[in-house]
Amino acid sequence: MRSPEEFNEDRWLDEEAGPIVRPYVMTRGRTEPTRGKFDLISLVVATRTPSPVEIGLGPEHLTILRLCDDFLSVAEIAARMDLPAGTIRVLLGDLLDRGFIDVQEPHPETELDDDCFYQAVIDGLRSL
Amino acid sequence: MDFGRSERGGGRKRIPSAIKILIAGGFGAGKTTLVGAVSETTPLRTEETLTNRSVGVDDISGVEAKATTTVAMDFGRITIKDQYVLYLFGTPGQERFWFVWDELALGALGAVVLADTRKLADCFPSVDFFERRGTPFVVAVNCFEGARQYALDEVRMALGIAPSIPVILCDARKRDSGKEVLINLVQHAMLTRGKRPRPENVTS
Repeated sequence: MRSPEEFNEDRWLDEEAGPIVRPYVMTRGRTEPTRGKFDLISLVVATRTPSPVEIGLGPEHLTILRLCDDFLSVAEIAARMDLPAGTIRVLLGDLLDRGFIDVQEPHPETELDDDCFYQAVIDGLRSL
Repeated sequence: MDFGRSERGGGRKRIPSAIKILIAGGFGAGKTTLVGAVSETTPLRTEETLTNRSVGVDDISGVEAKATTTVAMDFGRITIKDQYVLYLFGTPGQERFWFVWDELALGALGAVVLADTRKLADCFPSVDFFERRGTPFVVAVNCFEGARQYALDEVRMALGIAPSIPVILCDARKRDSGKEVLINLVQHAMLTRGKRPRPENVTS
């Protein structure tokens, strides 16, 4: 048996080495979400709270649901959880699949031709 | 795809519309400074894996030739009256990542190209890219202390851009100045979007 001190000497993991659990472990090796497209600025909001015995949700899923009590973009969720956006997309796909979140995709570029929209943004910026 | 207001929430939680604006320019031109000056919070950083999809998304034969790269972007957010949320993304400054911008530019309302008059050539790739892509953009000349002040016409001439593209002076550290740049961009986008043909008409 080795003492805890000996283990510490062998420790190669530190802040620099990054998280102990790699992103692909959280997604169980998946790189694409099962559902949803999830643009960086797609807005996500939690629609229901999981029961304490919810099966199949990992701690990261639960963190996302906590963060999305008020709407957040995919980019913000990724930044706050310090995970790549691709990982967040897979986790969001799971949550969408099980009806825990609502997602609003951004307007496609082809719909950006409504003058009222531009005027509202300009007025909004002016009043900041 | 869900457009407009989401129905599934049953109106319990109103989700605003998200808008994306890109902040481009050379390394050290003040992109993150501008994002920070106008955003509600300090800039956040996200890592995105981007793919060079110019060969066509569904072209399976090209899979092995697909290049992916991970880029870090700084971004910030401005909430406009619970109706819109504006996200400002600082694009990666490295020129070798130029091909990733197409994915970043997708769906963007427009772009701000930050120029530093001491190294004006650094913003050429951004100007070229947005011109070719047809993304509305403005050039904001960041006034660095100690740098020689150029007339805006001189900058416009050096960049070789159309007279219709706004060139404005700004101080990327100041919130009001940054706000003015964004307002100029949205006004410019409003003018240009109405005039040009819709993208689907161009490709057909």
